[in-house]
Amino acid sequence: MKTLGTVALACTLALGGVALSGCGKKKRVSKGESGKTTTSSSSGDIDLTGAGATFPYPLYSKWMHEYNQKFPHIRISYQSIGSGGGIRQITANTVDFGASDAPMSDEELSKAPGKLLHIPMTIGAVAIVFNLDDVTELKLTPDVLSKIYLGEIKKWNDKALTDLNPDAKLPDEEITVAYRSDGSGTTAVFTDYLQAVSPDWKTKVGQGKAVKFPTGLGAKGNEGVAGQVKTTPGTIGYVELAYAIQTKMPVVALQNKAGKFVKPSLEGISAAAAGALATMPADYRVSIVNADGDTTYPIAAFTYILVYEEMKDATKGKAIANFLWWAIHDGQAMGPPLNYAKLPAEMVTKEEGTLKQLKANGQPLI
Amino acid sequence: MSSNESAPAAGRLRVRRAPWLAWLRRHEVNVGDGLFRMVTAVFAASAVVLIAAMAIELVMESTPSLSKFGLSFLWSSDWDPVAEVYGALPYIFGTVMSSLLALVIAVPIALGVAIFLVELAPRPLARPIGFMVELLAAVPSVVYGLWGIFVLAPWLREHLEPFLAHTLGWLPFFQGKARGIGMLCGGVVLAIMILPTIASVSRDVLRAVPAAQREGALALGATRWEMIRAVVLPYARSGILGAVILGLGRALGETMAITMVIGNRAEISWSLFKLGYSMASVIANEFAEATTDLHLAALAEIGLLLFGVTLLLNMGARILVWRVSRLPGEKK
Amino acid sequence: MPAAAADLGYRRRKLVDRLARGFCIGATALAVLPLFLVLYYVAEKGLAGVSWDFFTKMPMPVGETGGGMKHALMGTLIVVAVASAIGIPVGILAGIYLGEFGQGGKFGQVVRFSADVMAGIPSITVGLFVYAVVVLTMGSFSALAGGIALAILMIPTVMRTTEEMLKLVPAHLREAALALGAPKRRAIWRVAVRTAAPGIATGVVLAIARISGETAPLLFTALGKDYFSTDLGKPIATLPVQIYNYAISPYDDWHQQAWTAALVLVFMVLVFNLAARALVASRGAKR
Repeated sequence: MKTLGTVALACTLALGGVALSGCGKKKRVSKGESGKTTTSSSSGDIDLTGAGATFPYPLYSKWMHEYNQKFPHIRISYQSIGSGGGIRQITANTVDFGASDAPMSDEELSKAPGKLLHIPMTIGAVAIVFNLDDVTELKLTPDVLSKIYLGEIKKWNDKALTDLNPDAKLPDEEITVAYRSDGSGTTAVFTDYLQAVSPDWKTKVGQGKAVKFPTGLGAKGNEGVAGQVKTTPGTIGYVELAYAIQTKMPVVALQNKAGKFVKPSLEGISAAAAGALATMPADYRVSIVNADGDTTYPIAAFTYILVYEEMKDATKGKAIANFLWWAIHDGQAMGPPLNYAKLPAEMVTKEEGTLKQLKANGQPLI
Repeated sequence: MSSNESAPAAGRLRVRRAPWLAWLRRHEVNVGDGLFRMVTAVFAASAVVLIAAMAIELVMESTPSLSKFGLSFLWSSDWDPVAEVYGALPYIFGTVMSSLLALVIAVPIALGVAIFLVELAPRPLARPIGFMVELLAAVPSVVYGLWGIFVLAPWLREHLEPFLAHTLGWLPFFQGKARGIGMLCGGVVLAIMILPTIASVSRDVLRAVPAAQREGALALGATRWEMIRAVVLPYARSGILGAVILGLGRALGETMAITMVIGNRAEISWSLFKLGYSMASVIANEFAEATTDLHLAALAEIGLLLFGVTLLLNMGARILVWRVSRLPGEKK
Repeated sequence: MPAAAADLGYRRRKLVDRLARGFCIGATALAVLPLFLVLYYVAEKGLAGVSWDFFTKMPMPVGETGGGMKHALMGTLIVVAVASAIGIPVGILAGIYLGEFGQGGKFGQVVRFSADVMAGIPSITVGLFVYAVVVLTMGSFSALAGGIALAILMIPTVMRTTEEMLKLVPAHLREAALALGAPKRRAIWRVAVRTAAPGIATGVVLAIARISGETAPLLFTALGKDYFSTDLGKPIATLPVQIYNYAISPYDDWHQQAWTAALVLVFMVLVFNLAARALVASRGAKR
């Protein structure tokens, strides 16, 4: 007993020692060195914290890692606590920048102590995934999709479905509908789309990050919905595109505004953004669901970073502004391998103008 | 020195004074008994202060919801963040149902384990099993949730639930379609999570029952089980109750794991196959994204209600265990 | 104890005895089963990712291999240490009050109920409370706030376990100490607490095991960090939050990291468990 305990104590100390050994490591920015530089904070280091939406987390973490390789003294951390969390924290000024999938409402903006700017960073899409034995291709119209989620179409072999998919072996079984139980930008985008295409949905349910779904099963997080669909045959659900691609689940080909059936793809998503360019407001708070265009995928949305126009700390402000500039230019190329769509070139130009508005103590930061 | 069984502690009185104590003694500082009592009382009071502070904080946060909905919050089933209408009944039901189910499953098993470890198990077996039961407490709740989704729920859906529907389907508890996910899955996962607490604390409680009591019963001709039932358990009753209440507390407050397996549907139904929703889950699910004041207040009010539910269930548990173990000749 | 074997009543009692024993053995088997299943599941999924890198390197972005969770390991150690530094003394001392002085009075009852209610608060509510009180006051997320939130979660378990164990110490032990001239505080501290030490250790171990795996309270207090840090006043990475972040992502290599982290977490708690038990066994009273 005693020897076991001594061994255990030794292990704990060893663990702590190994972890602590990273503390005093010198910076090394050579090719061979993997992992982030582990300098303990010394003067000249700029530590920035951002928090918010979970959707862009993988992309942001890649950006911040790459940026840190370029500029080792700038250490940016991002934590995904949800869009609402991001909005709340930037309003309370406990973080340096926030992130949100859905744009802030006027009411939310009025609560902030300063003017908050929305900077679109990338574009995401919501894919409709399903699990049916023997069926890998499924076409749906907006009307049928909303009826399924309203609970009006209950079976897989309903006439509406078989009409659209005459070749598919649709079983005589109940459709299990899966939705997000936690409030999320994904739900916000999905319900935004449903209410745009279905007046019934608009009156009965509405749009929001958390809504009262008329039927179905609530799963937590994208991975919860994906897991639910994957493990239960006869289920349909909505997830961020990356989850559909990574889990290799079959996705629905959805009919867009132009009448074409499209599956979600990075090109289709960028097309949605391009289609909305003509009517883009200056603050980018716009919905791009059901956008025009032949190749457009109808359920797409921007994800934003939220920063104050007027920053208190010039050093930090400059770092943030430069990072955002880099992200909308060099950073965009890193999106597609991770299943994030690039911003259209015209948007990047527009955003350059917005970033130039950022200032501290009256001086522009870029 | 003194009698055989538990003398060693008393015999150590004169061994090893801490050096700081010696210093104090040399300087004639009397660390009085009253001071000791006061210090411990202050720390005990901190628990009350914390609870009071949290309750006050929650009341303050939930005022918009309290004033708008009043008592209807308690019996309304309508929770609609878009229409800004909130009613908490399904969540209250879900929490109470899943926690009670977890207790019903976990308490007998945990007691069985504790009795086994203390009374029946051979020495070399008791320690490792005891360790592993304690280790169950270390598994993060996220992991329990994932295990629940990918291992437990499919097993329930394919094996246990059809079996229950087949044999006991006439009971209102086993109606409806077997989905795997749902109230039963939530109850089982919670039961597994609270098992270590109840079992480990009960084990220590049972171990502390003096040998004299045990030997007395055996000397009078009792069988092992009779000794346990008539002597050990009543002696340990208070401690076991404490263990059960700790377990209940954990079940009530568990967030992550149950959210992942209960189905998150605000429905009220006696059937265990149906989906449910617990109070802790709805707070965890909607808090991060809630932005309107009323929504946040409604969620805070649910937190406040959970205080109330915890209090009521605790009192209930106390009364129940007290009653059951007081009646002579009664089982358990 | 041999008894009149031919007695029918005795045979029935023996049967009941056998059944009860069978139940206990069955219960243990039933309890150990999910334990093995869950631990096996974690081990099976997590072992593949265990490597020296995991303990010594920082995370890599998606798609690049060789990353680790050094910062989260350190963070968990720090936050749990802070929580224990607050939670253990408060819990034990409060438990001593309840067990020794608080048996009869109103104040004792109020304290006991408070602790029981505290045991039932969702961890997220505790996190939000600490957010309002500590984070907003400090103006920043911090490891300290995370430690405080976890301490609040620890206190009820430690407190009530200490109380119950102290109550079980036979009165004659204390009386013997008092009879030998020890002041009350000595009788309590040196005799009763020492005797109850193994049981108190169980409470502490259970509490620490539980808080090591808590995610929700840390999300709004310690937040998280992508870099190595030991600063108590700044956000810090922790294993449960990293597990959560990675588990909800769509990427397989992050899932692998999450499972490995879960395995390491369970292992860390096991190590602590062993160490704590050894410590108590070597210094506490022998039964």
